[in-house]
Amino acid sequence: MFKRLSLPDAPAQKTVIVYFDGRQVTAKDGDTIAAALLSAGVEVCRTTPVSGSPRGPYCMMGVCFECLVEVDNIPNVQGCQVLVKEGMQIRSQNGARRLG
Amino acid sequence: MTTHDLVILGSGPAGMAAAATAVAHGITAVVVDEQPAPGGQIYRSIESTPLKERRILGDDYWHGKELVDGLDDPRIDYRPGTTLWQLTRQLEVGLLQGEKASMVRARHVILAHGAMERPFPIPGWTLPGVMTAGSGQILLKSVGLVPSAPVVLAGCGPLLLLLAVQYLRAGIPIAALLDTTPAGQYRDALPLLPSALRNVRTLLKGVGLLAELRRAGVRHVRNVTALEAEGENRLKRVRWQCGNDPEWHCLTTPLLLLHQGVVPNTQVTRALDCAHDWDERQLAWQPRTDAWLATDVEGVAVAGDAGGIVGARASAMQGRLAGLGAAIALGRVSEDETREEVKRLRRDLAREAAIRPFLDVLYRPAAHWRLPEDDTLVCRCEEVTAGEIRRMAEQGCRGPNQTKSFTRCGMGPCQGRMCGLTVSELLADANGQSVAETGYYRLRPPFKPITLGQLATAAEDASE
Ligand SMILES: Cc1cc2nc3c(=O)[nH]c(=O)nc-3n(C[C@H](O)[C@@H](O)[C@H](O)COP(=O)(O)OP(=O)(O)OC[C@H]3O[C@@H](n4cnc5c(N)ncnc54)[C@H](O)[C@@H]3O)c2cc1C
Ligand code: FES
Repeated sequence: MFKRLSLPDAPAQKTVIVYFDGRQVTAKDGDTIAAALLSAGVEVCRTTPVSGSPRGPYCMMGVCFECLVEVDNIPNVQGCQVLVKEGMQIRSQNGARRLG
Repeated sequence: MTTHDLVILGSGPAGMAAAATAVAHGITAVVVDEQPAPGGQIYRSIESTPLKERRILGDDYWHGKELVDGLDDPRIDYRPGTTLWQLTRQLEVGLLQGEKASMVRARHVILAHGAMERPFPIPGWTLPGVMTAGSGQILLKSVGLVPSAPVVLAGCGPLLLLLAVQYLRAGIPIAALLDTTPAGQYRDALPLLPSALRNVRTLLKGVGLLAELRRAGVRHVRNVTALEAEGENRLKRVRWQCGNDPEWHCLTTPLLLLHQGVVPNTQVTRALDCAHDWDERQLAWQPRTDAWLATDVEGVAVAGDAGGIVGARASAMQGRLAGLGAAIALGRVSEDETREEVKRLRRDLAREAAIRPFLDVLYRPAAHWRLPEDDTLVCRCEEVTAGEIRRMAEQGCRGPNQTKSFTRCGMGPCQGRMCGLTVSELLADANGQSVAETGYYRLRPPFKPITLGQLATAAEDASE
């Protein structure tokens, strides 16, 4: 549902490889986790604890918490607020734990 | 625990202007922002955006450069990627930077954490493929990510039109702009036009956006009165009705971007238990502030859209005012010495804000966009429908804290950010009482997820 604009005058961005549920995702330096997933065609990053319905990033600004993922074994990370790092292991949160 | 003279939350126009003003009065300000780079919402990624062609994002965006450059001042301790997860009435500030949680103490705090988009609960708004216009703009500005197929934009307000135009300039096709501005509101807003003319720059800009859309031949569907997102497990189609016409229209699209204005993000001021008022014109809660933007909590001021929607330029002016307030409170300057500057600032603010009543009336979301039908989800996290909230009202629930304990509505990860306004308005409507009487969720920190391990390190700071 998203693609990268091809911009002739944009500075070349370094490629960063991350993993989503074990699958390799090619991101760009400066991408948030959520942006990287969206650009790779990943639309669902969690399912809800109540009905198990699929959810993806909604606000991209840290208020909806729909982008929660597990990053390098830390749960409940807001994917839209954290930048990708080489080798990051990102996992979808299914029936995500409650925050408290 | 380290003590700082001034902690500013947010590096948007309000926070950056507050910091620059404080520094000019010899105050070292700590500026925290969870974003990786400065600029806030309007100037997001101004230093790193891949969209170097200035025309696409427009002059108002690039206007932020001066403020952002100001953050380089060595006397400003700017901390990007840092989330505020706690703030107490004793001005203890809990920060989270990457994996590291810490506590510091402040003598004065300026909250400039901005606005968020008003919830837009329509059938299907939780489907992947339905996002907000703000999210589309964030992806555009920060990494140049754009819809890969013709996109449907729906709702109302300046930001929606701005995004449409920014997409057009970037060569992105728009399948349709479904405008939910009620037809009668152009007439209602007209009497407010003369005073709005005091801020003619903003007014002309809005007119210019509409003209640009028209020239480009964008399908602009007006007076949309019903809207649904459909699909199984992801968005497939958008359906809508116009006026009183019973006919449904339909478009197939992988992406629907919704927007119906912005409202102050009151998460922090609520958790701090500041007094709040319901603003009937902006249909939103605002922390109560005085002429210096001080809240009723000693040492805490609110500047910018976090305190009531004023727009980016006025947010910066409020930031300056709050910065001067901090300098006075910290004894760096007397109120007398600032008199002339404050007079000028207040005059500029009044002129800038003159357009707000006009915009608020023109783009006021109609009741049915705020009070959805029974089947529509209002709480995205715990999946509670409008009907369940209405049933709770029938059973005697007067306020959102009661519906919260019965239905978990507002108890999920977003802590009510996505449902709070809707639930207060639904309960007010069902109980025949005002929104002010109905009230809002009682909130407690942490505002953001924090692990027990992180909490433990912060506790060590606090005990030192
Ligand atoms: C998504 C979105 C896009 C917008 N785009 C435009 C636009 O293009 N043009 C325009 O004129 N207006 C835009 N606006 C309106 C916006 O409110 C501006 O008027 C302006 O950015 C407000 O400035 P501010 O300084 O009050 O807050 P903001 O610019 O919103 O800055 C607040 C900052 O505080 C940070 N913050 C918030 N909570 C925390 C926390 N707990 N911990 C750490 N940091 C935190 C945020 O990351 C943000 O950077 C937009 C609003 C939204 C919600
Ligand atoms: S997408 Fe909304 S919090 Fe990340």
